[in-house]
Amino acid sequence: MSGAGDTGSRNDVRAQAGGTDPLAATAPAAAQDRDNRSRPPSGRPNALARLWRTSALPVLSILFALAIGAILMLISPVVTGKGFQPTLPITAYGALVEGSIGHPGTWFGEGGNFNALANTLVQAAPLILGGLAVGLAFKAGLFNIGVAGQFLMGAFFAAVVGARLAQVDTNFAVPIALLAGALAGAAYGFIPGFLKGRTGAHEVVTTIMLNSIAALILAWALSDLVAATGFSFPRTGDIGNSRLPVLFGRNVHLGVLLAFIAVFVIRFLLNRTTLGFEIRTVGANPNAARYAGIRPLLIVALTMSISGLLGGLAGAVQILGVQGFYAVGISANVGFDAITVALLGRSNPLGIMAAGLLFGAFRAGQGLMQINTNLLVPVEVIDVIQALIILFLAADIIIRRVFRLRAAKGALEGEVRTVTQSWGEQGAR
Amino acid sequence: MDITQIPALFVALLGYIADVLPGSLPQILLNTTPIALGALCGVLCERSGVVNIGIEGIMLMAAFFAYLTGFLLLESLGAVPALALGVVVGILVGVLAGSVHAWLSITVRADQIIAGVFLNVLAVGLTAYLNRLIITPSGRSGAGQLPKFRLPNEIGDIPILGSILEMFLNQGPIAMTVILFVIGLQILLFRSRWGLRTRSVGEHPKAADTVGIDVIRLRYRNVIVGCALAGLAGAFLTVEVNGVFQPGMTNGRGFIALAAVIFGRWTPIGAFLGALLFGAALHLPILVSVRRPEGDLGAIMSSIPTEFYAAVPYVLTIIVLAGVVGRSIPPAAVGIPYEKEARA
Repeated sequence: MSGAGDTGSRNDVRAQAGGTDPLAATAPAAAQDRDNRSRPPSGRPNALARLWRTSALPVLSILFALAIGAILMLISPVVTGKGFQPTLPITAYGALVEGSIGHPGTWFGEGGNFNALANTLVQAAPLILGGLAVGLAFKAGLFNIGVAGQFLMGAFFAAVVGARLAQVDTNFAVPIALLAGALAGAAYGFIPGFLKGRTGAHEVVTTIMLNSIAALILAWALSDLVAATGFSFPRTGDIGNSRLPVLFGRNVHLGVLLAFIAVFVIRFLLNRTTLGFEIRTVGANPNAARYAGIRPLLIVALTMSISGLLGGLAGAVQILGVQGFYAVGISANVGFDAITVALLGRSNPLGIMAAGLLFGAFRAGQGLMQINTNLLVPVEVIDVIQALIILFLAADIIIRRVFRLRAAKGALEGEVRTVTQSWGEQGAR
Repeated sequence: MDITQIPALFVALLGYIADVLPGSLPQILLNTTPIALGALCGVLCERSGVVNIGIEGIMLMAAFFAYLTGFLLLESLGAVPALALGVVVGILVGVLAGSVHAWLSITVRADQIIAGVFLNVLAVGLTAYLNRLIITPSGRSGAGQLPKFRLPNEIGDIPILGSILEMFLNQGPIAMTVILFVIGLQILLFRSRWGLRTRSVGEHPKAADTVGIDVIRLRYRNVIVGCALAGLAGAFLTVEVNGVFQPGMTNGRGFIALAAVIFGRWTPIGAFLGALLFGAALHLPILVSVRRPEGDLGAIMSSIPTEFYAAVPYVLTIIVLAGVVGRSIPPAAVGIPYEKEARA
């Protein structure tokens, strides 16, 4: 699925011209002969093989991380003196699956029960949007660590505007509240983008700082400016009619649909529009882009704004679809989850959708996991597994060694590797 | 308020600072210590060409394991030895995390920011997990804090010198030694062979390699030593200041450290001064609420929300980085993995 993107189609062309092996170019005739013989007789590239090439590393990373998570679950009761419990990982992962997709048996027949699946979708929506935010920035060679801050901005402004419009007609209130959140995120993404393009200030540092600034300023704004009366803690008022309409099931709201639409909009933007081409060119080689008449300042600022817009939308969707109000400490983990989702999806919108669904499933199922294991496997295990996934994606050499995978040209090899390299470039501009 | 009042307010502010500063110096150093140690980690890593945004995570893990050591060994060893071992464990956690970061950044040549994100995410998950598994169910507390040294009261009465002595000596062992690390590293970095080599590896590794410096080994060593300091910062938080562990207790100090590195232009003393400024910014709102300045100044300062004072380090860092006032320029080769055979 994720191979059907831009990388896939390029491989397609190359495969027909004689294989993706870069050696083929230096030793044309012989290498091409050998290469063609090893391919299916039809001469057409095998779609399954292509899918495997792009998704093997993420899938194996997940499996490795889950395996180490299982080992952790086996060791920790022994260390804490509760004895060896060999079935604990099975109980835990079983509960994770049950909490995220439910019993397939209950799907069918009278009153099919899709609650678990619905929870997964609801959890996945902000993660997909956040993952798209990070992934889009990756394509331009930018590392947007600021999704956490853009998420907070989007959440806050959606909550404030939503509460203001609580009594207004839903068809008016919902789009305006969503727009407020998205624009707040976009404005907050524009700042590091503009600073990067104009002064070279590295976006990783500025977005880290902006995350902290957002948390502090919003904590103040919440308690001193907009706190609703009649609650024991500072929070915004009820959003009333601004709540996103539920599309199906108990809680699958409009935001879920928006997240999926965003996947295809960003995919279209990247692969089929001039702007997308320019974003990818700036990401691949800013100097070449400048030479080709693309203005990196503009593209960088624009990319970060769109990225921030997606981050802000993630926050708005979470508030208007789930939470219903803004308070300090809401969904603080979305920022880091979004990075993981983008890495796992290899910056490809479809890949991000799959990764977002997976993490949505983790988040939907983690509660049941904690309950069914009597707290022996607390929800924090998911964070550890998430960290391990990042480790295996970053240190892809581990998995490549074990499975003798060939290095595929994907986001991790191409765009992401160049991100830190611009860290020291500030003086040069 | 009109513009003509500003000079008078400024004078009043200086008077207020001169009045309260001597008494609050020890507390400011207490705030500064973890930031300064984290910043030294940042200086060491970045000067040798490795980006480390995982300082926050290393601190958190070290804080937890230092606390855990004291917690587990309290009964068999007694409080102070258990705490001392906690400090050692904190440093070891730093060494371990530093080795992982170095391996990822230098050998695997993974993206160094992603390696840092890994450390941060791992720290949040692992410490909260183990805390929930081991410490929360036990229902008892840890080994408390390391005892503080106290100067005789007469010394504090000496003008100026007395309060400076109190600042650095009325402290626990870690806060006391920070200034030694700062001065030592400053001298080593700019006056020793190791320092020259470190800086050359951070600015132009190819040239350094050409004259026979082992780039890979030097980077490994510096990253590991730096992260050991970040580990010490973590141990400081639980073993010397708080006496308890709470999930997420580093609360962004690792990121403020990153800010102090930039603010101090990648020098140990500069980073320390930056950390001091940020430590003071964290202390100021508390000070204003306890000892409110007189007159208009008091009205203005107490009307500024606490959060704004806390945001000062982050805003200043963005300003400095963007070059609005006094541009700060990082080492040239920072973030670029070194490949022996690659064309420079």
